Amino acid sequence: MLPALTLLLTYQLVGEVIAQFFALPVPGPVIGMALLFATLALRGAVSEELRGTANGLLQHLSLLFVPAGTGVMLHFGRLADEWLALLASLLVSTAVTIAVSALLMRMLMRRREAEDKA
Amino acid sequence: MTPRLGEIWVYLSASPLLGLSLTLLAYQAAFWLHKRCNGHPAANPVLLSVLALVAILWATGTSYATYFEGAQFVHFLLGPATVALAIPLYAQFARLKRLALPLLATLVAGSITAALSAVAVAAALGGSRVTQLSLAPKSVTTPIAMGIAERVGGLPSLTAVLVIMTGILGAIGARYVYRLLAVKDEAVRGFALGLASHGIGTARAFQESEQAGAFAALAMGLNGLATALLVPLLLPLLAG
Repeated sequence: MLPALTLLLTYQLVGEVIAQFFALPVPGPVIGMALLFATLALRGAVSEELRGTANGLLQHLSLLFVPAGTGVMLHFGRLADEWLALLASLLVSTAVTIAVSALLMRMLMRRREAEDKA
Repeated sequence: MTPRLGEIWVYLSASPLLGLSLTLLAYQAAFWLHKRCNGHPAANPVLLSVLALVAILWATGTSYATYFEGAQFVHFLLGPATVALAIPLYAQFARLKRLALPLLATLVAGSITAALSAVAVAAALGGSRVTQLSLAPKSVTTPIAMGIAERVGGLPSLTAVLVIMTGILGAIGARYVYRLLAVKDEAVRGFALGLASHGIGTARAFQESEQAGAFAALAMGLNGLATALLVPLLLPLLAG
């Protein structure tokens, strides 16, 4: 577990350094994820140890959002003032985004599969 | 007895241990309840944990800053967890290569839809400009969204909360959208949910299947990139 955790943190660190150095709008951990993905793709395998540690972290991914979510208590005033605009925006936008993405991807995948058969 | 308890409270409330343990306890309880409800999406563990924590902090008069001194250790793990998403992603590598074009087209369309629809609905209902700007990056994972909000003139801490709410709404509501549209493919279900609802949607997708989870993780990562690039460009178009 320790080597795998060290590996993950090192990739994050390298990602942060790249993001800062090139003043990229993308956060370090996302660059770290891209780099690790590229490494795995080049090497062609994932060690059991890394897989186990990653599963452990991702199994309770939800937990990691709890501290930021609790920050809702800082914004009760604004939420009370603008609750309708906020709630409608989140509801409509989330549903529409899921629908648009799912329909478009399904359409494009079917076309791709039809091409593969042709 | 009581003054002694008071002293202990003063001691504990000054140490990060309390915020950290409370976060874990609240989550464990929420997760237990989630299981008891047969994993029903409405019994979302993040939602339940946040409700419990806000109630406890409010009842004990503890500030968010004090709480966060302990909770930051959990918050910090978002970084390595994001990096770790490369592993389930890699497991789907063969399939991803074949689907590169459909995925990219969906990503761009979904990313623009997420940002513009959120800003447009809030604007139409009289939401303030700061609220609109804070809403624009609401579909991407917390650290990215906060960075974007700061860049475009929103409130990063408000964005963090809106991001979590978006995640919870997506995790709860996606199944109804999918039922309505008869979306059955695991890859599509995962990708659309990860795109719209980042890590919380991804956590939900992993409960459905490993494949849905991997596509959700991919969408979440890609949408982080896409939104970071697109939102600063798109917002001037909407400037009211």
